[in-house]
Amino acid sequence: MSKALLYDATICIGCKQCEGACAQQNKLPYDDKVAAESVQSEHKFTVVLTKDDKFMRRLCMNCEQPACASVCPVGAMHKTKAGPVVYDVWKCIGCRYCMVACAFSQPKYEWQSLNPRVRKCVMCPDRVLAGKQTACAEICPTGATKFGERDDLIKEAQDRIRQNPSTYLPRIYGLNEVGGTSVFIIASKNVEEYGYPASAKIGDTPMPEYTGQVMERIPDFIPVWTLVLGGIYWVSHRREEVAAAEAQEKAEEKEKKNGGAR
Amino acid sequence: MKLKLSFWRVLFIIIMGLGLYSTVIRFFYGLGAATNMSDQFPWGLWIGFDLLCGVMLAAGGFCIVGAVYLFNVESLHSVVRPAVLTAFLGYVLFIVGLLFDLGRPWFIWHQLIYMNPRSVMFEVGICVMSYTTVLFFEFLPNVFERFHMHTPIKWIKKVYPVLIIMGILLSTLHQSSLGSLYLIMPSKLHPFWYTPALPFFFFGSAIAVGLAMTIFESTQSAKAFGRQLELSVLVQLGGALLVALWVNALLRFEDYFHRGMLGQIIKPSYEAYFLWLELVLAFVIPITMLSFKKVRLSPVGLYLASISTVLGFITNRLNVSLIGFETYVGHHYVPKWTEFCVTLMIVAAGFALFGLAVKYLPIFPEEKYPRKQHLGIEPAPAVPAAVLSHAGD
Repeated sequence: MSKALLYDATICIGCKQCEGACAQQNKLPYDDKVAAESVQSEHKFTVVLTKDDKFMRRLCMNCEQPACASVCPVGAMHKTKAGPVVYDVWKCIGCRYCMVACAFSQPKYEWQSLNPRVRKCVMCPDRVLAGKQTACAEICPTGATKFGERDDLIKEAQDRIRQNPSTYLPRIYGLNEVGGTSVFIIASKNVEEYGYPASAKIGDTPMPEYTGQVMERIPDFIPVWTLVLGGIYWVSHRREEVAAAEAQEKAEEKEKKNGGAR
Repeated sequence: MKLKLSFWRVLFIIIMGLGLYSTVIRFFYGLGAATNMSDQFPWGLWIGFDLLCGVMLAAGGFCIVGAVYLFNVESLHSVVRPAVLTAFLGYVLFIVGLLFDLGRPWFIWHQLIYMNPRSVMFEVGICVMSYTTVLFFEFLPNVFERFHMHTPIKWIKKVYPVLIIMGILLSTLHQSSLGSLYLIMPSKLHPFWYTPALPFFFFGSAIAVGLAMTIFESTQSAKAFGRQLELSVLVQLGGALLVALWVNALLRFEDYFHRGMLGQIIKPSYEAYFLWLELVLAFVIPITMLSFKKVRLSPVGLYLASISTVLGFITNRLNVSLIGFETYVGHHYVPKWTEFCVTLMIVAAGFALFGLAVKYLPIFPEEKYPRKQHLGIEPAPAVPAAVLSHAGD
């Protein structure tokens, strides 16, 4: 069973303790200056945003079928059975295709480093494997970020929306977006207002399918195209041979005729 | 003449100097210091120009090799060697450019051991590595010939059909796959350029640019090395280019038509200006020019039409890789001067290496048959006649 996170923006109090816990977990510096930053970066994997006294958290969605994992030429990113989408830095060659491909623009880069890494929330894989919650869920004082089984959290999100239809917008962001993610967001405001990509824009199709349609044809394409090219080569060179042979025949005939005349 | 030469030399030295300085910044201070790339714009000029345009501009290699060895168009034989040389240099320099762009270039060999066959980038990587190897072997006879080593030439000649077919197969795969790279970004790339047909467009335009580059480079090297221009070859290439451009243009039109974009592309907008620039340079100018027989038979006309084509498709690649993302990102990306300098250095190195190769290797076949006609004077009907005589072979 895979794990997931449910973020309920209506109970978030904007204390930013998740930011601090995340930084500590990932051994990143965290002080007032970092806390004041309202964008995600290579040193800030999650951020709590404020708009009209309403809060919203941003973090990697840890997609069910992640674009980053499918595009990586060396397979440095992969989706674990437990839910987290993790990154093997020792494989990475630094092509940054994952950053370009991610619909949520979550992977960030250590641009200033001479041996740069891609950085993003990886959903605390060590903790999850050890049966613990993610750092952000554990520290959350109100339960706004909740860790649990993916299926259970979907049910819980649906129940909360059903029980308080006046509080929540009737949508669970992350349920169907790009084929489903491991982070669900329910809120009274649209997530798009905080910079999340619009559901209509990113669609419900898992991202890897867009390139998969092409990639899966390649194993068939290679032998067929090789045969076609080989065939063309053979035909055009066969013509040449035939022409040469004919020319020779003609020459011989001519010689015979000439010989006969003599 | 001498002044002109020294001007180019001075320019070359300046570019190399600035390029090396930029190289130091790149490798001692990192990508952040050397480029204007950011988390919002993770791919900049080095991917947009060095990779996408570089590979496209080197497409002449497989186009000409395909025409001559696959379809037996022997009249183009004299441009095979320069085309293969350009392609080989192009790919080698493109790999050098990649070493600048990769964050961890020292791990580039990981491509060979940690494979992810689902990744388009993996496919491009493997194809480019293999094709560069193929090009190396296609280029090698030049070197052997130079040192009068005939036995290895015989060996290469034996496997030449395999090399040719592999080369074209690999080119088909990676030229189109450079377009497939962008298929996974439907929500980011502007709809003017995002289309499921991207791989077809990238492949189709590579053929057009391959032909245009061969015209450009034949004319250019004829000028630079004081060689005679073979007009019949250029005329033939020009005809093929016109067909290739028409096919490309019709496919582009079909795509916009079926996606219902025709109304949008004629409305002025930031993206529309760049699209218009691309379409005018890549299609309107060269197709109009080449439609006139007079232009198709004039070296200058062919030269200008091919330059327009090349610039048009360079604009196309930059639109796909840079301009097409600006609306999504919400700000402009302008490459840093160091990015330009590295790119210029690589291009300049390409020109210099081409010059050296031409000087020391038998790239341009010895003029075994003294040509009677001078450039421009050759009677036009000779060309169709030559084509026809081959068609019957």
